Amino acid sequence: MSTPAEHPEVLPEEHPVAPYIRTDRMPHIWCPTCGIGTVVKCFATALAESGLDLNKVSVVSGIGCTGRVAGYMKLDGFHTTHGRAIPFATGLKLGRPELLVTVFSGDGDLVGIGGNHFIHAARRNMDLLVILVNNFIYGMTGGQNAATTPLTAKTSTMPYGNFERAFNLPQLAASCGATYVARWTCLHIRRLTKAFGEALKRRGFRFIEVITPCATLYARLNKLGSGLDLMRFYHDNAEIRHGADTREVGIAFQDRIVCGKFVDEEQPSFLEMMHEHYRKTLGSKYVPTPPEGGWLHE
Amino acid sequence: MKADPAGVLTGVHYLDGDFACGEGAMAAGCRFVAGYPITPSTEVVERISRRFPLMGGTFIQMEDELGSMAAVVGASWTGTKSMTVTSGPGFSLMMENIGLAAMMETPCVVVNVQRGGPSTGLPTMVGQADMMQARWGSHGDYEVIALSPQSPQETFDLMINAFNLAEVYRVPVLVMMDECVGHMTEKVVIPPAEEIEIVPRTLTGQPPESYLPYKVDGKPVPEFARAGDGYRFHTTGLTHDERGYPVMSKECQEKCVSRLLDKVRRNVDNIVRLEEREVDGADVVVVAYGITARVARIGVELAKLQGAKVGFIRLITVWPFPDRRIRAVAEKVRAFVVPEINYGQMVLEVERCAAKAGADAVLVPHPGGGVHDPKRICEAILGAAK
Ligand code: SF4
Repeated sequence: MSTPAEHPEVLPEEHPVAPYIRTDRMPHIWCPTCGIGTVVKCFATALAESGLDLNKVSVVSGIGCTGRVAGYMKLDGFHTTHGRAIPFATGLKLGRPELLVTVFSGDGDLVGIGGNHFIHAARRNMDLLVILVNNFIYGMTGGQNAATTPLTAKTSTMPYGNFERAFNLPQLAASCGATYVARWTCLHIRRLTKAFGEALKRRGFRFIEVITPCATLYARLNKLGSGLDLMRFYHDNAEIRHGADTREVGIAFQDRIVCGKFVDEEQPSFLEMMHEHYRKTLGSKYVPTPPEGGWLHE
Repeated sequence: MKADPAGVLTGVHYLDGDFACGEGAMAAGCRFVAGYPITPSTEVVERISRRFPLMGGTFIQMEDELGSMAAVVGASWTGTKSMTVTSGPGFSLMMENIGLAAMMETPCVVVNVQRGGPSTGLPTMVGQADMMQARWGSHGDYEVIALSPQSPQETFDLMINAFNLAEVYRVPVLVMMDECVGHMTEKVVIPPAEEIEIVPRTLTGQPPESYLPYKVDGKPVPEFARAGDGYRFHTTGLTHDERGYPVMSKECQEKCVSRLLDKVRRNVDNIVRLEEREVDGADVVVVAYGITARVARIGVELAKLQGAKVGFIRLITVWPFPDRRIRAVAEKVRAFVVPEINYGQMVLEVERCAAKAGADAVLVPHPGGGVHDPKRICEAILGAAK
């Protein structure tokens, strides 16, 4: 048998996004065919293509399967408390405004336990990019019902099927004031990567929902097959409708998934409004927090 | 280093404790505050929100206290000195992220202007019933530092202390005020900036390649890197190793948690500040803190008029508890008398330290909503001296 060294052309190549990943933490904890890794790959690709100074990019996660993203990306990464990624990220952004702060977490974290922070950050048009991985279920804790579980879907705490109405997340974000709202599935890697790239360059509250398969729990409890079967389902049932009325993009159980960019508006962000307002009211007396932050040093 | 003059309102003022608290924070270099309105603490952020835009600080009113505390921890990771201010019900909500701050070793300050509890309790009236919550409120084993001022002037002084201690030990420092101190107005002297010594956030000098966020090298705390400086570090509320990476093992848990405890426990003598009067030769020593210390002093004087030999210890630092000192005093006295505006919290600590020497610890409780009648404290002293 020949060794790779004799055939340098087949030397294992580094994965293209390896420089953006903590490879010393591999293997990761996600299940085979889980969609989260794909979302990370798309985000890392978008970062690589963005030309941004990645030393200035932070990623903040809460708790849950997606909550582990902050620990796997080679950025300043904060794995915080359940539901509090957005307020933690708010402090990070306001403490050092030049940072590009990303929140990467799951549906249970961001709109279940963290729902209050989500709506208020959107209302403020806080300068955050929020990536929400929606698998319709609580994964880390074993498949419990979520605020996103579609009606009739089975979960470990709704064993006879869910009878609670689910959030329509793009509508929630848009109605609270988010200025960029998009939804893709993790099958749409090219479009998702493009959306990440676009949102990285915007200001204000940017919200991207990514529908992903949770084979271990959501698919198993609902007898939907493997992760691959769910990807096939996305292929057959995703409908791209840019600019769709967000009131009409709710997701029913095993029904069509409307994807696309729903909102993309130029609106002053929290920081812009704050600066403008203080400049107007305080004039030259206003001393903004410097971009590099309120760190006091000699 | 010396304080940034932009935050120091040098001069002689007539301020209430809440305003003095805000001024102390700004003088200490605090430049990020997140808060949620709650009586009787709101005046602190009202003061700060008026002055911050003039000195490069950012105040944000968050949607709740969960978010306020989370934002404070986040902001501190940029190197910006950060704090929040609240009262009982909000303090309960903050416990979650006070635990996160302890676990991530994030310097920050939390002020609790205590009112009567439990639950909504007495929003506009005094209490001191959150003292044990300050120590044990978040789940798991951790240590904090807590201070208790007795006047607006001391509130100003202790705020500077609190921010400095937070930097040195990388812990949340809790300033346990009470409604009386918060709302009483007295003379407050704010010195010139060059007379205020502050501990700045010291950043690591190591290159990013070799930097490990939780490596201590025998020192009490690890070196700090802030977000945005190219260190690309990771930090988590999970049990973690020197790299800041989660490790789910008994061994890592032991290493991680014992250091969180030891950095405070091994430095109790460096942290603790007490005020003592006539402890030598006393039969009975009164131990008090906050507004109750001022009331108790009158009780002490009344008892002395009746011939009692009574000393006085005021806890300026309440956590860590000054075990060693109380144990030593216990050897020489018959009893401690502990008045507090609750049904027995810090008295449990005094009792624990006094037990071995056989000294009594007598609680003078108060339900909250007012301060003690000094005569009750005097009676307790006379009773204990018998
Ligand atoms: S439980 Fe579900 S969401 Fe969590 S890692 Fe496994 S497949 Fe992914």
